[in-house]
Amino acid sequence: MTDLQERPAGVLGSRLLRREDPALLTGEAKYTNDLNVPGALHLAMVRSPYAHARITSVDLSAALAVPGVVAAYSGADLAGLWAGPMPCAWPVTEDMKNPPHYPVATGTACYVGDGVACVLATSATAARDAAELVDVQYEPMEAVVDLEDALSDRVVIHTDLGTNKSYQWDLKIEGEPGQVDAAFAAAAYTVKERYVQQRLIPVAMEPRAVCAVPQPFGGDMTLYSATQVPHILKVMTALTLGIPEHQMRVVAPSVGGGFGSKLNVYAEELLCVALARKHGAPVRWNETRSENHLATIQGRGQIQHIELAADADGKLTAVRVRLLADMGAYLQLVTPGIPLLGAFLYAGVYDLPLAYDFSCTSVFTTLTPTDAYRGAGRPEATYAIERAMDALADTMGIDPMELRRRNFIRKEQFPYTAMTGLVYDSGDHDAAATKAAELADYDGVRARQAAQNVPGAKKVIGIGQASYFEMCGLAPSRVLASLNYSAGGWEAATVRVLPTNKIQVVTGTAPHGQGHETAWSMIVAEKMGVAPEDVDVLHSDTAIAPLGLDTYGSRSLPVGGVAIAMACDKVIDKAKKIAAHQLEADEADLEFAGGTFSVKGTPDRALPLAAIAFEAFTAHNLPDGMEPNLEAHTTYDPPNFSWPFGTHICTVEVDTETGQVDVLQYVAVDDCGVQVNPLIVEGQVHGGVIQGLAQALFEEAVYDDDGNLKSGTLAEYLVPAASDVPSLTLGHTVTPSPTNQLGVKGIGEAGTIGAAPAVINAVVDALSHLGVRDMPMPASPQNVWAAINAATQGASK
Amino acid sequence: MKIRVTVNGTVHDSDVEPRTLLVHYIREVVGLTGTNVGCDTSSCGACSVHVNGEAVKSCTMLAVQADGCEITTIEGLAQGGEMHPMQKAFMENHGLQCGYCTPGMVMAATSLLKENPSPTEEEVRIGLEGNLCRCTGYHNIVKSVLACAAGD
Repeated sequence: MTDLQERPAGVLGSRLLRREDPALLTGEAKYTNDLNVPGALHLAMVRSPYAHARITSVDLSAALAVPGVVAAYSGADLAGLWAGPMPCAWPVTEDMKNPPHYPVATGTACYVGDGVACVLATSATAARDAAELVDVQYEPMEAVVDLEDALSDRVVIHTDLGTNKSYQWDLKIEGEPGQVDAAFAAAAYTVKERYVQQRLIPVAMEPRAVCAVPQPFGGDMTLYSATQVPHILKVMTALTLGIPEHQMRVVAPSVGGGFGSKLNVYAEELLCVALARKHGAPVRWNETRSENHLATIQGRGQIQHIELAADADGKLTAVRVRLLADMGAYLQLVTPGIPLLGAFLYAGVYDLPLAYDFSCTSVFTTLTPTDAYRGAGRPEATYAIERAMDALADTMGIDPMELRRRNFIRKEQFPYTAMTGLVYDSGDHDAAATKAAELADYDGVRARQAAQNVPGAKKVIGIGQASYFEMCGLAPSRVLASLNYSAGGWEAATVRVLPTNKIQVVTGTAPHGQGHETAWSMIVAEKMGVAPEDVDVLHSDTAIAPLGLDTYGSRSLPVGGVAIAMACDKVIDKAKKIAAHQLEADEADLEFAGGTFSVKGTPDRALPLAAIAFEAFTAHNLPDGMEPNLEAHTTYDPPNFSWPFGTHICTVEVDTETGQVDVLQYVAVDDCGVQVNPLIVEGQVHGGVIQGLAQALFEEAVYDDDGNLKSGTLAEYLVPAASDVPSLTLGHTVTPSPTNQLGVKGIGEAGTIGAAPAVINAVVDALSHLGVRDMPMPASPQNVWAAINAATQGASK
Repeated sequence: MKIRVTVNGTVHDSDVEPRTLLVHYIREVVGLTGTNVGCDTSSCGACSVHVNGEAVKSCTMLAVQADGCEITTIEGLAQGGEMHPMQKAFMENHGLQCGYCTPGMVMAATSLLKENPSPTEEEVRIGLEGNLCRCTGYHNIVKSVLACAAGD
């Protein structure tokens, strides 16, 4: 299991610089928008300015008169192009309500940004100019922006459904009937908290971009898209447009970040393909940033009610959760499943008896659809349990670190079967917390705090912690089946040794900043005993890598990387047979190390892989019946999720007069099992932490009562700049996963999961002496000032 | 309108619409796509280039305003097949992930060091506040710039 980890000074585990970088650093890399496609028509969208409105007429005549305009369409004009509505791949319950959703709306526009018409022109500027001249008449209706209001069905958005409720999904686990209620009745301490997960805009720095290139006479179609999921997109495009799947090819060129927002099948992708077929010409579309804020999915959007019951020592005895989740106006690809990815994690990293009661109700609103955003359900769950643990510690009057230590699943309990039935592979929460506390000087900060946070102090300090599990490595296909997900969770890999001993790896993962080319070459180098630079990694083109399930949910290494290692094993097995044949030795007597097969005990009887590769190619002297060439394919369906974990500790200083929060120190101790490349691991943690910290302190998609997005550009939506955020202090522990041969777990979302609760716990901790018990996100100066004011005025009454 | 612009040492005589932004001129007329567009409010800095040696967000200028100017884009930074020290520093310190903000970030960072060859960490952070990155959390970008300044 851990042979690779224990091997000294190998490629694996080294800080190898990324091979992706020179092209990206010199401007040589091509993103979708950079592709030079002669003769392409440009698509521009006309979007609803109303959150909820009946479309009474669409007049295209002025748009059609603009020089360069080739065509313009209303939703009704395009109705014949779709074989089906836009896909939702996760019908979480049998009775889930899913309104038909088409790339261009016909009768009703259901959010600001909903497409209501489109224009095709020979230049992007002509298309945009003309789109502004499309005259759409609307009959505005009431917007639904509040989740509790949506649930009341005061205004029903999709009238055919008769309700705004999409689904209710329950998970109640009790050792004996009534155990949850009994635990709450018998509890020495209980807390009951309500938290709001504000909507977030993912803001991958590259806006979406699409270019569909048809072969009008052959019937083939190539779709270039800034997507995380070329394979899923290929299947879904074929199904939605009625294109034979083998004629559909999807390519994701360089992709400028995703964070879940490019894990989707979007209207503009389908439109470009449909219109490219219709017009027999390439059709391309480049999203503007303002469109991105309106028409690319948003993240989070939940109201969370969490209750904890604990005994006199603070040991948890039951957890009850009620979620209200915002689907937005329609269900996008995996919208309904996102809150449920957190369903198993509301007990956090704690040893809970069989007393867990979770229910999620999801509602439609007249807002941009929600879907996966970095962490997808797991940051929300971790936030709720980690904030509630602090509330419980406050109620009990003990240190929150101490309360966590009393409840951690202990190292010796792993592999640990959780009350949900999921098996946590390995972990040592106490070690991670101890290391984080040392790095953060936890006791020292507590001492400073006691001296500084005195009545009347202008600047006060607080320290906050979050300990987390990240359920990742999505996912065992049978588990996905039990959750009604429409696809599997496997990943595919091909390893091919070329005649000159250079190696090609074909992977189904689709990187967009994660450095898979570098990391996968390291895995192969380690396994095959070659230099990483002799390994080429091919990906993100369904004609080259036809099988794959793409990149999201921290799955690429624990599923895709492991698949590559397994394919290497198959190649080595075949090579060993050739070596045995050539060396006239028994296979069992051969060992493989450093790229060479040798007879045990007789090291001079040896054959390097290079020689075997050439033999396999010439096929002049292979064992009888053996096929030529050295190549193997693996499809790996993981037996379990992987469970990275860790503890983050944030120290803040809060100005009680202005509400300004300054992060003094941020410590992240993460355990993602064996690290293939620590340089890349650290980068993932840095970025994730700042995204989580941004949710805690800066970001919110703000809507007014009429459903207008008030943070519709980067001038209003506060993506932090370098000057807004601190340097980070990282530590790690290494607890290999026992479920895969590399011992790896994944690291893409850990930072985002740990950061928001750690930061808010710190802010609340800084203000607790003033009576502040909670803090809405983002903890902007205004929100912090208001919370202080409310608490201190309440105290003076 | 007719303009003459020198881009990475090559003179370009072009006829452009008055409303054409410099960034679109660079990408679509000159054909250099290394300069990226990340927003429409001059907030993100992905399109930063050097105009007469100073970092400018090329979406804040019209192409006609660049008439007679010397422009350097990310494609013009490497010399003789060798990456610029700032590009090397970004690579060595993992100062990039998806790479989309990177050309603008590198152009802004080189301009920053020209004005202030030995900045503190805080000066680097403030100096780059016009350039957004969503992947790195800035930690390794700041480290890259400081390393480049130190000649590491």
